Amino acid sequence: MSSSAAVQPQMGKSPVSEISRRLRGGDEVAWLITLLFSISVLLVTALLVWELWVGSEPSRAKSGFSFLTSKLWNPVTDEFGAYPFIYGTIVTSVLALAIAVPTGVGAAIYLSELATGKWSDSLTFLVELLAAVPSVIFGLLAMFTLVPMMRETIGPAIKSVFGSLPLFSGPVYGVGYFTAGLVMAIMIFPYIISVSREALMSVPREQREAALALGATKWESTWQIVVPYARLGIIGSVFLAFARALGETMAVTMVIGNDPSVHASLFAPGYTIAAVIANEFTEATGKVYPAALVELGLVLFVLTFILNGLARLLILITTQKGSARA
Amino acid sequence: MTARNIYRKTLNNVMLSVTALCALVTVSTLFVVLAYLVYNGASSVNLDFFLKLPRATGETGGGMANAILGSAEIVGFATLIGVPIGFFTGVYLSEWGGQGVFSFIVRYMCDLLNGVPSIVIGIFAWTVIVRPMHHFSALAGGFALSLILIPITAKSTEQFLAEVPRALREGSLALGATKWRTIASVVVPAARKGIMTGIILGVARISGESAPLLFTSLNNEYWSSGLSEPTASLPYMIYTRAISPYDDWHRQTWAAGLVLLGLVLVANIAARLILTRGSSSARG
Repeated sequence: MSSSAAVQPQMGKSPVSEISRRLRGGDEVAWLITLLFSISVLLVTALLVWELWVGSEPSRAKSGFSFLTSKLWNPVTDEFGAYPFIYGTIVTSVLALAIAVPTGVGAAIYLSELATGKWSDSLTFLVELLAAVPSVIFGLLAMFTLVPMMRETIGPAIKSVFGSLPLFSGPVYGVGYFTAGLVMAIMIFPYIISVSREALMSVPREQREAALALGATKWESTWQIVVPYARLGIIGSVFLAFARALGETMAVTMVIGNDPSVHASLFAPGYTIAAVIANEFTEATGKVYPAALVELGLVLFVLTFILNGLARLLILITTQKGSARA
Repeated sequence: MTARNIYRKTLNNVMLSVTALCALVTVSTLFVVLAYLVYNGASSVNLDFFLKLPRATGETGGGMANAILGSAEIVGFATLIGVPIGFFTGVYLSEWGGQGVFSFIVRYMCDLLNGVPSIVIGIFAWTVIVRPMHHFSALAGGFALSLILIPITAKSTEQFLAEVPRALREGSLALGATKWRTIASVVVPAARKGIMTGIILGVARISGESAPLLFTSLNNEYWSSGLSEPTASLPYMIYTRAISPYDDWHRQTWAAGLVLLGLVLVANIAARLILTRGSSSARG
């Protein structure tokens, strides 16, 4: 009691010296500074979600859930239905996955199981460089190479074989779902390859050796033992790539064809959520039009949020399982 | 050898070759992209490209000097905001955060921010900066890009700080240094190469982003007179030129694409070199 009474007035007397003592020690200050920066990250992310929610209010109030299912997008008459964009986004992304998953997983198998040491590392580095290529450059290349090729050679070739299917019916414009899906596939290769490779490499050596010792061929050991063991990580990489594909903007905007309607044919021009925001946001006037575009942003955010969450969970489970046993 | 074994052997060889082919296809896309840009753009990358303003449509010649400067402005501004926030957040997570609830939430928010599509970040920057200011600006573009940079920097900083051996910290603390002294003069310097790598990769990534700039910094055919003006940027120029119908603009967009890709690839390779040299010297 008496000692605290002796200390109290001293501290009360010179708050300046107390602060300077703490500053000289500095730990609290450093802690506080880094903490404030961490809080700013929290706040800005929370604000982002909040602004999307508030910004889309006029549109949500007007259309409700029919926003997601209505097919009509007509800014002139203030009618906003997101279905063509959601459809286009899903179709192009699924198409991209259909191309990129088999190829990417194949490449990951090669990089983790067959290629050795430095060779595997250098190839993986090149794959990572592919991830660094800006989206707009893929769009530029696709516009001037893939679109004419699609119109003149690839499209007609596919049509001559599968032309009777509704999926490949109608004229080939060059731009459209198929071209967009193809460009997206190239852009998501790196995500699938590097994450799947990690998952495959975290499979314990004993698993492979046991299979080989029992007389399995290299492929049998890989396909029946190693790949199933790493399956959660591989599925995680697919979700991650899916989320990336959904949010992909520039390259897709340049080759999708910008047609806000729903087509069964993959060769038809379409639209995606990201592309319509990119094209129409600066021109949107009035109250509901911009809000409808913000709501599209919100839909995109929610979709990628769910997929990223699932991806992280799956990747976490596999890498922990692998390192626990290794 | 039985027929069954021949089948298994053949399947083995075929499938393993297929995986090699997959790797070849994916890796070769990078070279196809690069070769095509060099083929179409190399002849247009000249002094004019770096020093002159764009000409009006129909006139040939001119350059993208304003877009190059504008990109540097926007990315520089984004780096000024994004790197400190990301860096200090990474330091907090690695040195103070531990496994507590608060740091779990911060990590989660970083991952969340990292996963937000860049176009949505553009919408956000528009609502909080462009709308209140009533005009497009380099400021808004830089803010949008910094939001992409923050989680990248935070994540790599945390990761590389966590790899610094405990013994180094304990040695410093045992000598009587305070915790922040230890962090500032022992832990961070020990991880500086990794942190630098993370920052370079992050900056390279945002230099190529165009989606968040579409409705934040917009475009400008002339020199921008300041951070609060609409400002041209290389990625945006590539986009507007590519979708235009003019041949001379196409010629320039190839050149711009080549310059942008060159910068991004050089930054990535430099980051890789810093990191590999760093790890070998740490071991040696």
